[in-house]
Amino acid sequence: MRIILNGQPRTAEEPTSVADLLSQLELEPVRVAVEINEDIVPRKRFGETPIRDGDRIEIVTFVGGG
Amino acid sequence: MHFDPKLSRYSRQMLYEKIGEEGQQRLSRSRVVLIGCGALGTVQANTLVRAGVGHLRICDRDFIERDNLQRQVLFDEDDIAANLPKAAAAAAKLARINSEVCVEPIVTDVNAANIERLADGADLLLDGTDNFETRFLINDLAVKTGRPWIYGAVIGATGLCMTILPHDTPCLRCVFEQAPPPEMNPTCDTVGVLASAVNIVASLQATEAIKLLIGKKHEINRHLVHFDVWSGRFMNMKVQSAYDEGDCPCCKRGEFPYLDGQMGSTATTLCGRDAVQVNTGIPCEAGFEAIARKLEPVTQSPVQHNRFMLRAKVDGYELTLFPDGRAIIKGTADPQKARSLYAKYFGA
Repeated sequence: MRIILNGQPRTAEEPTSVADLLSQLELEPVRVAVEINEDIVPRKRFGETPIRDGDRIEIVTFVGGG
Repeated sequence: MHFDPKLSRYSRQMLYEKIGEEGQQRLSRSRVVLIGCGALGTVQANTLVRAGVGHLRICDRDFIERDNLQRQVLFDEDDIAANLPKAAAAAAKLARINSEVCVEPIVTDVNAANIERLADGADLLLDGTDNFETRFLINDLAVKTGRPWIYGAVIGATGLCMTILPHDTPCLRCVFEQAPPPEMNPTCDTVGVLASAVNIVASLQATEAIKLLIGKKHEINRHLVHFDVWSGRFMNMKVQSAYDEGDCPCCKRGEFPYLDGQMGSTATTLCGRDAVQVNTGIPCEAGFEAIARKLEPVTQSPVQHNRFMLRAKVDGYELTLFPDGRAIIKGTADPQKARSLYAKYFGA
């Protein structure tokens, strides 16, 4: 399955949920915001929200510097 | 265009149709509280004081160091020689830039015990902090009291900005529910930061601030802006459903653990030891190996660690971190300095 992650094409194993993808990327769910095709996915739905072929996904990591 | 002569210094800003003379007058009656006056804070203060806000209270706990000058635009070498706190140095510089603005410096560590008093009377709270904990504290207060605030953060070449209108747009905890454990946090003192990224975030924050202060709430950017200034990629994330459909502890359940003092660190001076214990209450889950790797580039000697503790020597201080998230900072008896060092090197 091909996805676009933060503007870069890449492949992902299927079937995949948002939670699976974060786990593949070694990202903590509580410190990221995830958008699929320009809509944010509420954190409580990370486990049930599927990622489909061709999805454009943005993952924003919580930043604390300043 | 003929503007009130008393406002002539703002003519180019008033010519901009969205602001005009009426907007300028509203701006001159506004009261803003800036929490943190480092990189983001100095750029926001500089922009807003030049723009002519009425009153700006600047709260900061730190002193200026040489490696701040690369990005903290209100400070210079003379301020370091004079050993000035950031809030005082910023206020002195801002008074020379625009004497019409009332700038009130407060040298303090903003915490659960004092934030309500510091924020009293503010139309808006601005984020110039360098850590997660103070941001969640600001967020708790803002949501509880219905006051807007503007989150901004930066690391490396990346930046984030989001305007928070409590019970309208998502709050910070709607989008990012928890502060990551300390060892996962890159900080500007461990992975660096570009001044250009700082300037963009702080400029976005200042623009949002002006919109709110002149009464144009409906014109704010309701997205989470995120960008990488090195690659040139800028994005607006639609976040509204994180509030609408979310289960935010702060917005939806009315829990304010940072403001209530249930979350957040404490710092206690250890008697007679020139040391302070800082306790964040957030355990180090990733382990000391990862923290040691992160700190090694900035420490004077190899970072030592075993399963009981990690010890790093940096900037003349000795930082000892324990698995429960507690740390002893040796080389200072000042709790504010110790909290600041903890935030700098472990993130918090």
